[in-house]
Amino acid sequence: MSVATATAPTRTQTSAEKKRRIIFGAVFILIGTAILWFFAFNSEGGVTTTFGLNPGFASNAPKVPDLTFPTQPVLYGLGLLAMFLGGWQLAKGFKSYAVVFGVVFLLFIIAFLAWAAQGRSFNLVGMLQATLVRSTPIALGAFSGVMAERSGIINIAIEGMMLSAALASVMVASVSGSLWLGLLGGIIIGGALGLIHGVLAIQFKVDQIISGTAINILSTGTTSFIVKRFFIDPEINSALNSSKIFAPIHIPILSDIPIIGPIFFSVNIMPYLMILILVVQHVMLFHTRWGLRTIAVGEHPKAADTLGVDVFRVRYINIMLSGMIAGIGGAYFTIGRVGQFDEVMTGGRGFIGLAAMIFGKWTPVGSLGASLLFGFADSFQQKIQILIPAFPSEFLLAAPYVITMIVLAGVVGRAIAPVADGVPYEKE
Amino acid sequence: MAPVLELRGITKQFPGVLANDNVNLTLEAGEIHALLGENGAGKTTLMNILYGLYKPTKGQILIKGKEVEIHGPTDAISQGIGMVHQHFMLVPVLSVTQNVMLGQETVKSGVFLDQRKVAGEIREIARKYGLNVDPDAYIRDLPVGVQQRVEIIKVLYRNADMLILDEPTAVLTPQEVEDLFEILHSLVEQGISVIFITHKLKEVLAVADRITVLRRGKTVGTVSPAEATEKSLAEMMVGRAVELMVHKTDADPKDAVLEVKNLLVKDDLETVKVEGVSFTLRAGEVLGVAGVQGNGQTELVESLTGMRHVESGSISILGQEIANATPRQVTELGVGHIPEDRQRDGLVLSYPVRDNMVLNTYYKKPFANGLVINETAVIEAAEARVKEYDVRTPSIYVPAATLSGGNQQKVIVAREFSRPNKLMVASQPTRGLDVGSIEYIHKRIIQQRDAGTAILLVSTELDEIRALSDRVAVMFEGRIVAIVRARQVTKEQLGLLMAGSMPDDLPPSAVVEGQA
Repeated sequence: MSVATATAPTRTQTSAEKKRRIIFGAVFILIGTAILWFFAFNSEGGVTTTFGLNPGFASNAPKVPDLTFPTQPVLYGLGLLAMFLGGWQLAKGFKSYAVVFGVVFLLFIIAFLAWAAQGRSFNLVGMLQATLVRSTPIALGAFSGVMAERSGIINIAIEGMMLSAALASVMVASVSGSLWLGLLGGIIIGGALGLIHGVLAIQFKVDQIISGTAINILSTGTTSFIVKRFFIDPEINSALNSSKIFAPIHIPILSDIPIIGPIFFSVNIMPYLMILILVVQHVMLFHTRWGLRTIAVGEHPKAADTLGVDVFRVRYINIMLSGMIAGIGGAYFTIGRVGQFDEVMTGGRGFIGLAAMIFGKWTPVGSLGASLLFGFADSFQQKIQILIPAFPSEFLLAAPYVITMIVLAGVVGRAIAPVADGVPYEKE
Repeated sequence: MAPVLELRGITKQFPGVLANDNVNLTLEAGEIHALLGENGAGKTTLMNILYGLYKPTKGQILIKGKEVEIHGPTDAISQGIGMVHQHFMLVPVLSVTQNVMLGQETVKSGVFLDQRKVAGEIREIARKYGLNVDPDAYIRDLPVGVQQRVEIIKVLYRNADMLILDEPTAVLTPQEVEDLFEILHSLVEQGISVIFITHKLKEVLAVADRITVLRRGKTVGTVSPAEATEKSLAEMMVGRAVELMVHKTDADPKDAVLEVKNLLVKDDLETVKVEGVSFTLRAGEVLGVAGVQGNGQTELVESLTGMRHVESGSISILGQEIANATPRQVTELGVGHIPEDRQRDGLVLSYPVRDNMVLNTYYKKPFANGLVINETAVIEAAEARVKEYDVRTPSIYVPAATLSGGNQQKVIVAREFSRPNKLMVASQPTRGLDVGSIEYIHKRIIQQRDAGTAILLVSTELDEIRALSDRVAVMFEGRIVAIVRARQVTKEQLGLLMAGSMPDDLPPSAVVEGQA
């Protein structure tokens, strides 16, 4: 049997590879041409661009000289390099074409920045630090999704959980005066909403999209009501909706490293917490009993059941953990950034987190990668708004999503969800 | 010594169905005990009770002489009962080791999975019982036969001394069946007792020490293979004399119905699966398509029935070109289709039996008046067909999903045979069915042939091909190796053709067409 299938005709399979080689080669060359056409030809000779390598905020790191280079020659270089990679891809084909695609894309971004900032200075380190900070809530949303969906529950309520937790944490922090208690409040509210979603999805087998949407609407409604009804009054507002925020933590030694230090080691607790959750979740998911059972329950609950694993219990625990992580993500918006709550201030980060989870193929590490990309796109568009005020901001606001689509089509292959994701388990 | 396991008077009442009625079964230490019965006879229900998945309405379970209550799989496992389900309970994205340890994980430093240790234990079990498996392989990469070994290892890893196998051979190739029997013998030698659930008579006689037959939820009796024959067992199963051979006269082929010329078809991965296939099928004959699974039969049938794109070549039915026609256009020409995957392509599982009975003609009179379905006509037709084709269902209003495999197949057969056909494409029509149903469906196919329908029978079962076909087209790697006269070839010669080579001793008169 295996012999017969192994020797079955396979000659057409290579045609798909050939097609892919040619398409990617053409795309690379096109990007190279675009760099030359839009940027190199449109720049003035003799002008220089400066990339700032020092953060625009207080930092322990010693100052380093900024990177200054002549704009036009570098743009020609970048464009030609992209075209060369394209030519190579056409002729020979790269084995890891996805990585090369990433490189070419990066060349384009650098070229764009160099062109936009010609004759001026642009703070590169500032943008990268903003990337990390802006990625944090997205990544937390994505981890929340991983937690739930790996066990087979679709959680589109992350947005709502974040929103409720954002309000809860700032209120607790304002009243108690302790940011840590505020964070705890956010976690508890997130976990409680997770439990509600769990009861609906597991116990009552409600369609999980519906119950998630219900939680989102509930959260938007309740928080907006509280803001409109109570926080309108400045006295109440300053008593209940005004807290300190977590201060940046400068990690000794590491924060003294130039460039790296300001980007990674002079942020507040939130990004560190996010990285901690990443590590713990990754290790738990792939190296512990809990993780093994979670994956089994998400893929084939009946198999887990026949081996004595309590499917309902695993799902309840996971959906509550999912809510708690979303709660931390919510706390980021208030006590992690501005110290007060505004209506719908999460602005869809929970949903983007869910998208990041899908691009990350339901893994913690992949989710972080996708979240960083979103965060980058976000801070990129913000910088561009400052650099070229004439650029229509609508296009820039769309940038994160455009980048997402390009990356999704180009680099990420087909994402396969856990098989039992969203399917209620019925015991016989 | 008390028997390892004794079931006394087990009764299970489902709403509307008495699945088990006072069933008794005794399993002695170190024996292979076959539990034989038709689909729907209550074998699986009985074993699910034993494994704690169902609660019995009445009855006792005794293990080593002591009465026990089993509330769930965990209880069953702790009593030493292990079960290999018909549909494997394996997580495809996990490794063999992870699947085996799931639910009974070994950890180091209190938290982390100790996969190396478990992998070592798996290798130990594998060596002891001759179960060749790589602990680090992922389930999704393993052939079914190996997956089954993993299931057995799962049971042994939990120190079970009773192994229940539910229809273990249904998904295996003949070679894999041989391997499985060898494994079972080595398990029994090491003191493990086996319950082997099946409806296949040959296998029971080949491997069992004792045989208990169930019929319609009741125990018919327990016999030893020495005193039983295929015929006597079949009678016990079905409750009447069964014809294991198909009686048929020589075919009387008339005009060509189906003409296929130089067909080229690719599968979903763009791999060429059917290449240069040409044949003619006449009214009143059965053309069998033999071959090992995966040699292009599936794609051939799909292209004939309008379910798959034809790259090049022609298919004509009664002179009309139908390559790349829609399934409905094909059906309208008078083509019936019994699909290979009955649950995916043959039925809408969530629809009631009633609607499934008319899926091919629901939009026409008398079942529809314009846009409106005539419920009365549908119900009448469905009731009549259920009766005529002996479909065992509580009513015509239950979803098709609740029927056993054999009865689901009967629904399809009833639907497809209930209107005049010019051509019947039957793909694996009896896969997974019991003797009673097989006999029935075979009879119907021959009846259709004699009524002048052209029959294309695709099957991987050589016995079936030989029993029904007038001519046999043997497929190998997407091509037809030869078309031979069924009466003039032996099973061995067909086997060689299926492997792609021309047997030397094949009489020239047997070959209709062929390129050696």
